[in-house]
Amino acid sequence: MSGTLSERLLHRLRDAHKRRPLTWWERSYLPAIAQGLWLTSTHFWRNLFLHVAHRVGLFRHLPAAVTIQYPDEQRRTERRLRTRHRLTRRDDGTPRCVACMMCETVCPARCIYIVAGEHPDPNVEKVPKSFDIDLGKCIYCGYCVEACPEDAIRMDTQRHDIAAYTRDGMWLDIKELLRPGSRQPAEPPQKFVQLELSEFRALPPTPEPQQPADAPPA
Amino acid sequence: MIAELAIKLGVCALVLGGVLNFAGMQTWLERKQSALMQDRIGANRAYFTLPWRWAAPINWLLRKLGGLGILNALADVVKLLTKEDFIPAAGDRFLHTLAPWLSVFFALVAFAAIPIGPPVELFGRSIPLQVANINAGLLVVLALASIGTYGVILAGMVSGNNLSTLGGLRAASQMLAYEIALGVSLVGVVMWYGTLDLQVLVERQGALLWGWLPHWGIFVQPVGCLVFMTAALAETKRVPFDLPEAEPEIIGYFTEYSGMKFGLFFLTDFVEVVLVAALTTTLFFGGWQVPYLSPAGWQFPWSQAVLPVSNLAYVVWGLVSFTAKVVAFIWFFMLIRWTLPRFRYDQLMDLGWKTLFPLALVNIAVTGVLIMLARGSAP
Repeated sequence: MSGTLSERLLHRLRDAHKRRPLTWWERSYLPAIAQGLWLTSTHFWRNLFLHVAHRVGLFRHLPAAVTIQYPDEQRRTERRLRTRHRLTRRDDGTPRCVACMMCETVCPARCIYIVAGEHPDPNVEKVPKSFDIDLGKCIYCGYCVEACPEDAIRMDTQRHDIAAYTRDGMWLDIKELLRPGSRQPAEPPQKFVQLELSEFRALPPTPEPQQPADAPPA
Repeated sequence: MIAELAIKLGVCALVLGGVLNFAGMQTWLERKQSALMQDRIGANRAYFTLPWRWAAPINWLLRKLGGLGILNALADVVKLLTKEDFIPAAGDRFLHTLAPWLSVFFALVAFAAIPIGPPVELFGRSIPLQVANINAGLLVVLALASIGTYGVILAGMVSGNNLSTLGGLRAASQMLAYEIALGVSLVGVVMWYGTLDLQVLVERQGALLWGWLPHWGIFVQPVGCLVFMTAALAETKRVPFDLPEAEPEIIGYFTEYSGMKFGLFFLTDFVEVVLVAALTTTLFFGGWQVPYLSPAGWQFPWSQAVLPVSNLAYVVWGLVSFTAKVVAFIWFFMLIRWTLPRFRYDQLMDLGWKTLFPLALVNIAVTGVLIMLARGSAP
């Protein structure tokens, strides 16, 4: 073989589609079968040993299976994961949102529905009377978060177990968006419910969503 | 007369119970072994508890067994028994019902000729641990194993479903391709040991070659063993030879079966795996023989001393040895089943007709020459 390393690699790539004729030993399937059986049986014995060792409390740091027992265990998520939406609130409990309609406009799935209302404070542009997201349409692209000039909508609730028995059940009304997790699973959402400023202030305060710890350095 | 009948029934119950339990536990082995091989956990949820307070220890045990996934086998049975038994309008009612029974019956009957242990001396009698002492036992086992395929072919033919028929046809052609290699691969064994009687065959494997190597079939017939195991795996109709089933292409000969009739086909598969494991053990791995253990006692090649064992201990050693070997082979076949992908149809036929069959023929010729050379010195 002559030429530089890159030329040699290029040659190998170019010839990769050509089939090498198999030797009679390879055509007997036996070496490949032995390799495969060796691979799977090493996995078997290693995992069997680890399962037994875990029972008596040894080698806990070596997992015997990659399974996550879902409802009992949850997959550890990254902070940057785009999860269910929430609306942030000012100190007095009203939404930070100024109903500028940027998110509704940018939304490629058109799943955001905002009804704007007057805000008494002249420094605040507007306030949403209702703010609804249809999660049945949402594609979790995160454009709404990117577009928001007021940091009013975030996707950091770490909630991704979203399921409903009806299409309407997939809606998030403004109460649920301001206080994620406050609606009970059996309760239907109050679609397009409109709230006054005093009602926003009367809503109980929202705890910050639990964020996962940063991943340990690999 | 009555006593002999009772003894026979006892041996029958032992063999049948053992086989059915092994077959049933294979559903568990299948789930758990595949899970371990693929870094999963496998079945671990199915369990039930009894409502009474005194049953607390039983419930504890049931939870533990459920955690190991063993109770899934029970859940399978309940599910299969309570499912609707559906016979398609285009199918033949009688033959449709007959097919799974044919299939499972012959698979189970084939165990009659397999010796599971040495004769036990009890109450002044010598009781052979073999259901039927047939002097052509090997032929009987092979014949019954191939008749069982008729159940599969029948199931495909009478279901009134084209894909099922295709599955049945594939089963027929696969059986033709592999039955011949299977039979011919065993001629070498029969020539070497000079018998078709499986009990005698196992007894002759108890000798030692050159004073230290057990005179097992694998050491004198390695090629025959390889061909036999390949062909026998094809007999069981499991991956990599599951062409009659082949879920992604045709759903298989049992497409139109539901409930316990489907369960019987399922059971047949597992019984056949046990049968093949038992046959491999009997023919090539010394059956119930334990190396260096003879009826007189233990005698190791490095010493002249003989450690005597009683007849009962000898029988127990034999049974344990046979069971352990069968379990090891079931494990090995399961390993193959979860490692290799399915053969393509033409590859399957190539392997059967162009590789295994000639190889088995060559094996016969080489064995003949070896016997000629070794005559007089062969044990």
